[in-house]
Amino acid sequence: MHHAVIDRWSRQESVLHARDARAKVVVLLAFLVALGTTPRLTAPLAAAYLGLVIAAVAAARLPAPGVLLRASVVLPFAAAVGLASALAGHAARSADLVARSYISAAAALVLISTTPLPKLLDGLESLGAPRFLTLVGQFLYRYLFVVSEQAQHMRLAALSRASQSSPRRLRFRAAAGALATLFARSHARAEGIHQAMLARGFSGRIAPAAPSRLRPADVLFLAAGVLAAAALRLLPLAVAR
Amino acid sequence: MTPLVEVRGLRYRYDDGTLALDGVDFQLWPGETVALLGPNGSGKTTFVHHLNGLLRGPGFVSVCGLEVNGRNLAQIRRRVGLVFQDSDEQLFMPTVLEDVAFGPLNLGRASAAALAAATAALAQVGMAHAAGKAPYHLSAGEKKRVALAGVLAMDPEILVLDEPTTFLDPPARRHLLDLLGRLPQAKILVTHEPHLARALASRALFFTAGRIVADGPVAAILTRFGWDPAAGETAELGR
Repeated sequence: MHHAVIDRWSRQESVLHARDARAKVVVLLAFLVALGTTPRLTAPLAAAYLGLVIAAVAAARLPAPGVLLRASVVLPFAAAVGLASALAGHAARSADLVARSYISAAAALVLISTTPLPKLLDGLESLGAPRFLTLVGQFLYRYLFVVSEQAQHMRLAALSRASQSSPRRLRFRAAAGALATLFARSHARAEGIHQAMLARGFSGRIAPAAPSRLRPADVLFLAAGVLAAAALRLLPLAVAR
Repeated sequence: MTPLVEVRGLRYRYDDGTLALDGVDFQLWPGETVALLGPNGSGKTTFVHHLNGLLRGPGFVSVCGLEVNGRNLAQIRRRVGLVFQDSDEQLFMPTVLEDVAFGPLNLGRASAAALAAATAALAQVGMAHAAGKAPYHLSAGEKKRVALAGVLAMDPEILVLDEPTTFLDPPARRHLLDLLGRLPQAKILVTHEPHLARALASRALFFTAGRIVADGPVAAILTRFGWDPAAGETAELGR
């Protein structure tokens, strides 16, 4: 499969990848709270927040352009809300909203690009996230690959019997039919996967092969991350004085 | 001697009303390899899913002296290793090693013990080099071997293999055949491949419409039902 770039990134090795998932989640939360509660996100401040994210990307040895480009997936949604805000006469707030959304998305992307999802979900569970939600996350993760794989197979099969000259109406009908078939096939495949899991003793929880353990380096990272977020949050207050 | 698997009067009807099993009696003895033959939809896969407790229908099923019921499921699933026809359904964890360790972890083994069992199982099937790979990057033959490792890591006493050679090219098929021949467990093979049945099994059962209609030596069953390529037109189903 070709879409699993983030999954591949999450399995690389770096100082950030090696950190405990719980520590990374807490640092991200601290960062998001700091960003979210900053009263006015000026350009230098936005640059400072984004700079911290880019420093994390560098520490994780991730391709910065790739991460920053993927984070822009939130821009259409943020821009739509920003546009409404601008039309209401709050142009500055509009830019502020788009910047916060983009930086938040980039920070979250750093977390999921440095933590394999099973570890991330396990970390969330040990931080108190409801088990039901983490279980849904685990299945969603697996079935996302399943559906994507089915879609790719069906696309190839359709391409092998289609041509660009087919009428648009026909192509639309074929796509609609394919969507229904994709759902049915994915459901059947998911049932098969669930049966295979049960056959190997699955009883409701996917245990991580290597349980996470908080090491001194993780505690240090946690402290540094929270302090950095706090420093950014307090920076405007210090400048104002 | 006690049979490893004993089935008496097993029936199963799917929700849509299809009668998939209609009174199946069966015994598997220690060290035995039995091939389940029969046309598509004759109930073979439905039958083997009962041995692992995935399906439960009226009738009696016991494995290693344990009746298959809700209370014994964990022990049953440790004893019966079920290798699915489509390896993609079985391999769902992000890496090969994690996937093979999935079963031992479900049995409650400690992480280190589960990983050690997974590593040993991968070595047993010749896939130790792929431990860190993502399962979807493997070839069909490699996936099949990893799927087999996934059940071997649970140290089963009985291996149930549903169409193990599907999607495999001839070299991968030969490799799998050699591997299965070396495994000491009792085996149940669901297969459409006369060569596989002849190479590994000493006994064959023939399913038709949810019933076992014949039980005997592999060669005799293959010939009787026209599954032996040489038997051709004189066979029972060919008439």
